Amino acid sequence: MNARTTMLASAIMAAVSGAASAQSPSTMVYPGGMPPVMDNNIYAHAILEQFEDRVGDGQQFRYDGQGWIGTDLDKLWFKSEGTTGRFGDGDHEILLDRAVSTYFDLQGGVRIDLDDGPTRTWAALGVQGLSLYFFDIEATGYIGDRGRTAARFQGSYDLLLTNRLILQPQVEINFYGQADRARQNGSGLSDIDSGLRLRYEWSRKFAPYIGVTYAGSVGQARSLARERGESAGAAHFTFGLRSWF
Amino acid sequence: MSFRSPDGGGALSRRTFVRGTALSGASLLMPGWTARADTQAQTPQILSGTEFDLRIGRTPVNITGRTIMAPSVNGSVPGPTLRWRQGDIVTLRVHNALDETSSIHWHGIRVPSEMDGVPGLSFAGIPAGQKFTYRFPLHQSGTYWYHSHSGFQEQQGLYGALIVAPRAGEAQHAERDHVVVLSDWTDADPAGIVDNLKFQSDYYNFRQRTVGTFFSDAARDGLGPTIRDRLRWGRMRMSATDIADVSGATYTYLCNGQAPAANWTGLFRPGERVRLRFINASAMTLFDVRVPGLDMTVVQADGNDVEPFVVDEFRIGVAETYDVIVRPLEIRAYTIFAQSEDRTGFARGTLSPRGGLAAPIPPMDPRPVRTMIDMGMGGMAGMDAGSAEDRKAADHGDAMPGMAMDGMEMGSMPGPMSGPEPDSARLKGSIGVDNVAMMPRDRLDDPGDGLENNGRRVLTYAMLRATRPGADPRPPSRDIVLHLTGNMERYIWGFDGKKFSQAEPIRVGLGERVRFVLINDTMMEHPIHLHGLWSELENGEDAFRPYKHTVIVQPGERLSYLVTADVPGRWAFHCHLMYHMELGMFRTVVVA
Repeated sequence: MNARTTMLASAIMAAVSGAASAQSPSTMVYPGGMPPVMDNNIYAHAILEQFEDRVGDGQQFRYDGQGWIGTDLDKLWFKSEGTTGRFGDGDHEILLDRAVSTYFDLQGGVRIDLDDGPTRTWAALGVQGLSLYFFDIEATGYIGDRGRTAARFQGSYDLLLTNRLILQPQVEINFYGQADRARQNGSGLSDIDSGLRLRYEWSRKFAPYIGVTYAGSVGQARSLARERGESAGAAHFTFGLRSWF
Repeated sequence: MSFRSPDGGGALSRRTFVRGTALSGASLLMPGWTARADTQAQTPQILSGTEFDLRIGRTPVNITGRTIMAPSVNGSVPGPTLRWRQGDIVTLRVHNALDETSSIHWHGIRVPSEMDGVPGLSFAGIPAGQKFTYRFPLHQSGTYWYHSHSGFQEQQGLYGALIVAPRAGEAQHAERDHVVVLSDWTDADPAGIVDNLKFQSDYYNFRQRTVGTFFSDAARDGLGPTIRDRLRWGRMRMSATDIADVSGATYTYLCNGQAPAANWTGLFRPGERVRLRFINASAMTLFDVRVPGLDMTVVQADGNDVEPFVVDEFRIGVAETYDVIVRPLEIRAYTIFAQSEDRTGFARGTLSPRGGLAAPIPPMDPRPVRTMIDMGMGGMAGMDAGSAEDRKAADHGDAMPGMAMDGMEMGSMPGPMSGPEPDSARLKGSIGVDNVAMMPRDRLDDPGDGLENNGRRVLTYAMLRATRPGADPRPPSRDIVLHLTGNMERYIWGFDGKKFSQAEPIRVGLGERVRFVLINDTMMEHPIHLHGLWSELENGEDAFRPYKHTVIVQPGERLSYLVTADVPGRWAFHCHLMYHMELGMFRTVVVA
């Protein structure tokens, strides 16, 4: 990772972790040394939202997951996604996360694009949370070396057909400030990965699904893909498993 | 098979039926009888006297088909029923045979603060393998209970009934006396339940609105109102079906430690007056209780006698107790039916002239749906084109015209405060607060969500009137105003948007008389328990206001009670829903 990106990333992480200082009450001496309730415990969870086979022309396997460890206010957050076939869209992030409002967290840290393409590193700053009308959203901006900039937006919605059968439209879109031919990123809106998945929550933590997914390039990235004679986008029948612990 | 006992005998379960009642009968005659931890769970013994040896250990309990080693007292879940006498000094030697710290809190009993049994406040807890001796005088009488105040032991089975006989005899005579301990049992590790709720707060709710209920609501209320209703809840990011955080998806509801199929049975002879001492020893469940076919005369609430009144049904919050008297005349069985508020299950027992009988079990009522009243926007429900459910609830509330406005005025009423009162606007949008009741209202004569207009006579707090005037006629010197707040999505609970670990203690002078004003900003009921001191509910009965230890604050409600801080020390003050308490809805009240 280049020095400027590292500095930028650490500055963002410091800003996120210091975004608000928790009010600490005057120290109380508890008999036995333990407070009567433990309301500031550390929890850890991870979820694989996508763990799926995309069947058909240009068969692919894709995963997309994230996890965190921390308290109600401060967490260390991990995100990772990638598509194999040719391993692409390999986006991995380590973020410091701070709750900043009722439904939203501020996140800052590092993103590394690690896959079959050339590696890129970025400083990341974004928000994640539950928006109006129950949309789960993530919006993150990135600054990389050589003045690269990027932005990523993710959104999904759970439509309960029944209490166990859930239809989830989902979309991820990536923007880049400038073209990166080696990674087939175009300037502006570059690529979309979206899906409509129907899962059955066998249990809350174990939900197999089927769906239709579409992954493709847009605009300049689309031209870049065509130049190389590669597919500019395709829809796939998809099946997979959503799970968390 | 029927025998008379004024002392709680004659209770059978299928499990102990073969063993017979001679054993439990015999224990009645042996004051201070010390029980061993048996290797197998048994129905609670009855221990009476002034000296007790209690042993906290682990007992195999099989409710669902799986055997769980539950923390227990004297080898049973619930633990033994303790029968004390007003005026006595009781001594309880509690031996903790667990491999972790434990404790027993005497819920509702007025004790010196170091005897209150809250680790971290009253004492250090009872370390593994050690003993602690509780000793205190009994000034009061009535039905109470005890439970662990350590970790999640209470959820796992460490609780029991506690009855203090009045020196002058019971004001309401009954030929028979049964304790009915209601509780929620899970095979799951409670820490795992919290963990699940932290990641997905609707983890246990399988009764949410779906596409299917959208169409059925649209058919009933019209498409436009249904869409508007769904959009409104979506804007708030709240679920109208959020009734209980933990449901029958993991809970089995117990009556005296027995699952519904095991059918705990209490005996009676036709014509007898039977006193039922209901105790809600659940961790998370409010129950709606009735005995179809019998009028219930409520004679006591939270251990204190009230002017008797007749109901068909009552809601009992976690940690509350109600004594009712029923008089079965027919020679047949009657079902004690206690459905959970979210209608995902019920506890069941039977009153019967002999063992082995059963009466029909009524179907559960429809599960309640929260309305704008619950969001503390009661006054707006009429203006906005809400759903039919909202309007129905609003109509009901309008039986008290202007109440919503009164509530608002009271909310902004100037007066001496214990500190800066966080105004509603400031709470809004903070991390621990997902809703602020802008127009909280008086719900004292509202029986509660899911009980309105059900055709039955249902208890409300407005019906409670003490049989004797309060001990302290002084007006309060100041108001302590607390918002009950939470963030369901993050599963954070607190007061005034702060968890216990983020807040200062509440300080009250020794001998001071104060008014606690509670405003419930959340959309769930919170049974609020103040340790060590009485909560005198201001329900319009003036000097005869009922003395309670636990007060349900309904969603969107504003209520108040008076407290005389006559015992010094550090007292716990908290929501008695265990996971709300443990995650921050807790304060220390320092009386000094």
